[in-house]
Amino acid sequence: MRTCLVVDDSTVVRKIARRILEEMEFQVVEAEDGEKALEACKSAMPEAVLLDWNMPNMDGYEFLGNLRRMPGGDVPKVVFCTTENDIDHISRALAAGANEYIMKPFDKEIISAKFAEVGLIQVTSPETV
Amino acid sequence: MTLPDYEYLRKFLKDQSGLDLSADKQYLIESRLLPLARKSGLPGISELVQKMRSGSSLFINQVVEAMTTNETFFFRDKLPFDHFRESIMPEMLRARASRKSIRIWCAAGSTGQEPYSLAMCLKEMGASLSGFRVEILATDLSQEVIEKSKAGIYSQFEVQRGLPIQMLVKYFKQTGELWQLNADIRGMVQHRQLNLLHDFTGLGKFDIIFCRNVLIYFDQETKVNIFNRLAKVIEPDGFLVLGAAETVVGLTDVFKPFPERRGLYRPNAFSAAPGRMSALGAGAMKSAAVAGL
Repeated sequence: MRTCLVVDDSTVVRKIARRILEEMEFQVVEAEDGEKALEACKSAMPEAVLLDWNMPNMDGYEFLGNLRRMPGGDVPKVVFCTTENDIDHISRALAAGANEYIMKPFDKEIISAKFAEVGLIQVTSPETV
Repeated sequence: MTLPDYEYLRKFLKDQSGLDLSADKQYLIESRLLPLARKSGLPGISELVQKMRSGSSLFINQVVEAMTTNETFFFRDKLPFDHFRESIMPEMLRARASRKSIRIWCAAGSTGQEPYSLAMCLKEMGASLSGFRVEILATDLSQEVIEKSKAGIYSQFEVQRGLPIQMLVKYFKQTGELWQLNADIRGMVQHRQLNLLHDFTGLGKFDIIFCRNVLIYFDQETKVNIFNRLAKVIEPDGFLVLGAAETVVGLTDVFKPFPERRGLYRPNAFSAAPGRMSALGAGAMKSAAVAGL
């Protein structure tokens, strides 16, 4: 089973993301800031990272830079998931090596669409409500 | 969200639009209506429901809109756009090498995501199109929907379904919570109001027709009728693209499935010209090779 590291300082967001990702058959590891996330990556590199921007200690942007410089750190697909929804933040994230970008609020459809976009899951016909 | 609020919204949406939400779609409602509530200066969904209960028609319309405009999104189903890039356009560029013009019709253009996805595909093809005039005509039954398409303005939610983030950055301009397609992409798409049940021969002939997820709403007889009339406005070597749940098989033989390409069809008249067929057949094989198949 593939692993997705969920990095967000909000326990509520982590819980919602976990529910969605587990439905998508990911094993979920949680981290509450960039520092904890780096430690998690050192012990086991995940296939995917769902990454908040604003967090205490180390923010998502700094984490991404550190991750990409780690051995094997180019492997995980990193999808930002943040309320920072302006084009400057998006462009900076992409330049720093983010693969996709979700502007909060998010739902299952958006996560699956973005994960499909970067090849983490197969494209399925989106569910109709 | 409280259960009574959720049940109220469920019943309301069912009555107003036929949208049938199951009991576990709270997250969907929250993700669509919270931005709407905030934009209207309301703290949350329960205040929004209060406004609706008091009969505020402004909120009622906006809620229906926010919940039902998920019928289309950018690069919907992905596969048709792979066909477009890898099979349809390479072959059309060869077949129209002397005419230097290609006409595309989105017969259910809706709010613009499909025609603009095609426009972005074309933009990405860059130099291979140089000297070509490519026309995209988007038609829809509803004038209101066409106006939205023309404006090319989409919510944060809409630009996150199917649109790669790189394309958002490249082809859209942000204004507050909304994203507008750049003028050069908007300028690639023409709009016209049209009911598919009425005569459309006045539109002229097309090389490529996208007619996705609209025929499912019609009965068999109407479907056959539309297929027959589509066959009259498509070039003999043209391409027809249908939705994932649609087919001509068992309905009509004016179109036939394109081998190995789900959802892609060509006019049956195409095989009536054997000399041309073999030349184009070879072209198709070559384009399949280019596509890495």
